[in-house]
Amino acid sequence: MAETRYSKDHEYIRIEGDVGTVGISDYAQGQLGDVVFVELPTVGKALSKGGEAAVVESVKAASEVYAPVSGEVVEVNGELEAAPGTVNEDPAGKGWFLKIRIKDAGELDALMNEAEYQDYVKSL
Amino acid sequence: MLNRQGRPTQAGEASHEEHLTFTGNKALQQIEPLIFEIGHHEATGVDIDKPVPFKSRLGKHARQGEIGLPGLSEPETMRHYVRLSQKNYGIDTGLFPLGSCTMKHNARLNEKMARLPGFSDVHPLQPTSTVPGALDLMLELSRYLMTLTGMPAVALSPKAGAHGEACGMMAIKAAIAAKGEGATRNVVLVPESAHGTNPATAALIGFSVRSVPARPDGTVAVEDVKALLGPEVAAIMLTNPNTCGIFEPQIVEIAAAMHEAGAYFYCDGANFNAIVGKARPGDLGVDAMHINLHKTFSTPHGGGGPGAGPVVLSERLAPFAPVPFIHVENGKPHLIESRDEAPAGNQPFGRMTAFHGQMGMYVRALAYMLSHGSDGMRQASEDAVLNANYIRAGLSDLMSLPFPDHPSMHEVLFDDEWLKGSGVSTLDFAKAMIDEGYHPMTVYFPLVVHGAMLIEPTESESKAALDLFIATLRDLAIAAKGNDKERFTSAPHHAPIRRLDETRAARSPVLKWEKPAPAKAAE
Amino acid sequence: MRYLPLTDTDREDMLARIGVSDVDALFSDVPAGKLLKAPVDLPRAKGELEVERILGKMAGKNTAASAVPFFVGAGAYKHHVPATVDHLIQRSEFLTSYTPYQPEIAQGTLQYLFEFQTQVAALTGMEVANASMYDGSTGTGEAVLMAHRVTKRRKAVLSGGLHPHYTAVVETLSEMANDEVVVLKPDVSASEDILSQIDDSTSCVVVQSPDVFGNLRDLKPIAEKAHAHGALLIAVFTEVVSLGAVVPPGAQDADIVVGEGQSIGNALNFGGPYVGLFAAKAKYIRQMPGRLCGETVDSTGQRGFVLTLSTREQHIRRDKATSNICTNSGLCVLAFTIHMTLLGQAGLARLAEVNHANAVKLADALAGVEGVTVLNDSFFNEFTVKLKKPAAEVVEVLAARGILAGVPVSRLLPKAGLDDLLIIASTEVNTDEDRAALVAALVEVL
Repeated sequence: MAETRYSKDHEYIRIEGDVGTVGISDYAQGQLGDVVFVELPTVGKALSKGGEAAVVESVKAASEVYAPVSGEVVEVNGELEAAPGTVNEDPAGKGWFLKIRIKDAGELDALMNEAEYQDYVKSL
Repeated sequence: MLNRQGRPTQAGEASHEEHLTFTGNKALQQIEPLIFEIGHHEATGVDIDKPVPFKSRLGKHARQGEIGLPGLSEPETMRHYVRLSQKNYGIDTGLFPLGSCTMKHNARLNEKMARLPGFSDVHPLQPTSTVPGALDLMLELSRYLMTLTGMPAVALSPKAGAHGEACGMMAIKAAIAAKGEGATRNVVLVPESAHGTNPATAALIGFSVRSVPARPDGTVAVEDVKALLGPEVAAIMLTNPNTCGIFEPQIVEIAAAMHEAGAYFYCDGANFNAIVGKARPGDLGVDAMHINLHKTFSTPHGGGGPGAGPVVLSERLAPFAPVPFIHVENGKPHLIESRDEAPAGNQPFGRMTAFHGQMGMYVRALAYMLSHGSDGMRQASEDAVLNANYIRAGLSDLMSLPFPDHPSMHEVLFDDEWLKGSGVSTLDFAKAMIDEGYHPMTVYFPLVVHGAMLIEPTESESKAALDLFIATLRDLAIAAKGNDKERFTSAPHHAPIRRLDETRAARSPVLKWEKPAPAKAAE
Repeated sequence: MRYLPLTDTDREDMLARIGVSDVDALFSDVPAGKLLKAPVDLPRAKGELEVERILGKMAGKNTAASAVPFFVGAGAYKHHVPATVDHLIQRSEFLTSYTPYQPEIAQGTLQYLFEFQTQVAALTGMEVANASMYDGSTGTGEAVLMAHRVTKRRKAVLSGGLHPHYTAVVETLSEMANDEVVVLKPDVSASEDILSQIDDSTSCVVVQSPDVFGNLRDLKPIAEKAHAHGALLIAVFTEVVSLGAVVPPGAQDADIVVGEGQSIGNALNFGGPYVGLFAAKAKYIRQMPGRLCGETVDSTGQRGFVLTLSTREQHIRRDKATSNICTNSGLCVLAFTIHMTLLGQAGLARLAEVNHANAVKLADALAGVEGVTVLNDSFFNEFTVKLKKPAAEVVEVLAARGILAGVPVSRLLPKAGLDDLLIIASTEVNTDEDRAALVAALVEVL
């Protein structure tokens, strides 16, 4: 059963085995407004925790998306190029950004679980 | 005989329903197609005789096939662009309080002067012996700029403000390199409130940017700057008066701290209109500052340019000024156009642009300066500051001032605190101003306050115009806090076009006209 | 003072409303001793008539292009601009508007930007064009930086046919950013071996056609070699009228095209303001500098235009922007667009034909002058001649006789040892009499 964890920068990672699916939370997409473009990394790129993984753009803002954990990019969501609005419509599902092979599962412990994240968002 | 041509001459009864028209036009508001939709490929609005037959020297490079552009006859062209002009708001239309942009009156005398054939119809590479008046003009403009800023040198050639920033920062980089610190001094301090061009410029020239936090009162404090200084710091880029409309009270101390640390002080001069004839950047410790001739000295903005961004330089930076420049020797001006020709003592860092910069703008700016004189320019700055503070006094009981502790200079900054809970955003408020016949103020800039509204009336407004503007904004503010959300959220209602879908424009960009595909496939 | 509406009574009333006694109280943040007590040492205000006298006198000392036989080019060209153009660009709503930040009251500006982008894309044969750069030279500098972003490499190769001022602009930018730049020797006869300079570390190759010496260059082989090594071809032109007669760079697989647009709609202005044209392949759009205007609809479904893809720009991306450019060449764009609309492709082709015809006639006539050698194989409206005397001296002597003969190469390249070369341009403004005067004067002087 997949588990989802969150960073303070509002990235989520859904963990299935040693692969995690990364995207931005529903709260984040609401704050950004209409997403018009997502710049994704190339498959095979090594990401380190906290490093820039992608850039998500709305009409008047560009935000970096950071890697919640370290690892290698194994797949990116090519569908976003033609339909960036998917990030707004279904951030946790079809609006995912990339899949990463998790290098150190220990890094996941520093992330928030669903309940912790919801509390965190409420505190903002 | 009875004249039977009598016709109704009373106004009749008014109806407030909206009447749709057949064309979609609304009297003077015309829907205007693109030239590609009204022109024809064979049409032209110029008459040029075919040359007598000759032997082409284009060789294999002659164009094959047509370009794919329509032409229009002269009357069609005239009508098309006149109609387009009627969809635009300009300073000549009404109050244009766009903060940080200094939308002041553009005198037509300046246009007339720039069009004198001796200025407009001279080539940048014709022999300098045939353009002594052009060199005179550049020298005279330089004298005015140096006197007003209290700086010993000026590089005229940058083409706009951001280009001037690049020029000033390149001079700083060259001066640092000349001291042998090129490899180590590579950080530039930029306050959070800065124009986006500042960090973009620093990055362009290979500096990395370190952010200076803004104080709660909207100013930069010398101790915050000192805390960020080190041997790696090359310069600070500071706007003064700053983008919150405040004269930086510690500017002299900040300049001294930079100099003590072996670094330089770049001043963004976009807001120079507040202090012309009142204070001189040279007296404040500035090393380089660009001057937007298209703001402070009233050369027209023309829908986004052309601008001109001469940069004044301190004694320390002057030797590094780029080519071209005019070197005066024994009273005779020489135009220096390449590094190879630089007289002793000069180490130009390079070249910013082809030729000599924005001559057309130099003429207009000098015409402005000659007209105003030293007394008029001083008065203009005082009036610009007075007008901004008058608006502030008229609105600050209804709208929230994030930085009430300092007087405003030539522009006054409000935030959106006062709109909280109203369901009306800064953008909505701006769009409702359009319905009232005003160009909105600058919105969402500077970034250091939430929902910023930056109002710069300039000195060109009369008291009566300001009174009506204040009354209008008061009415809008009361409505926004009341229950009249609809007046804002769907505004503008009366502009040539309603609110535009920017998401759609960005998600699937259409950046040029394409011939519509035929209804049926050709096969 | 005629430009300031406030009266002294107004000022007093306003100060009272603000609650201060005098205007200097509003300048209280200016540090002690730094507030000027009196106007600076410059002349006092003047009436219109006096300003006209002063500036008219300066202007009168200069020799206007229209007043003499005029053959000066090398990056800026004397063309006839229809009267309609200057009338329209002086309409208040165009002249006194700002960058179209509020699209609902700036559709006039936005629609002509969209028309301009379409025209530039068609002329250059490219997929997309932006809303202008300052001029051709700064556009070339920006194109090199864009190529570096696209290829993630940092070495530019510059042809020896590139206008030396353009080369200097690129060199300056590159030096500042610690990027590598390879500048080929001045290439008068378009015979340089640029292909051998391209390797796997090359970001871009910058080639001008017609080049600064007037030669037309074949870009296709350069594009092929560049692409084989993952590099881009940046094609440059300084005479946009040439595109009415020659194969456009887009048809030769250029990746970025930059040009000077002054020739269409804009006066010589002693070097500025001009208008930089900038076009590219669509796939590089997010790496482009400058403003872009795009089509969209309003809330009622009506077509309209907005500035778009702004996240590339400085006001949003700050130190990660594609460029620091903000103000560009708005009104010069309008002049270009109106003139281009009047011309249409038919008018532009005819204008180009006349330019070429005039240049050919002049070259043929000069070829018969003792001491003059025409160097070009091919050219459009500009070519280079070799004189038996230093060109700068000849130009000076002819200027004294009221003929502006061209640009000595030594003016652009003072230490290149090319002092006997003269670049001569001939456009539609030149008459048979102008050409005869130049030929006769050269016969006498040489």
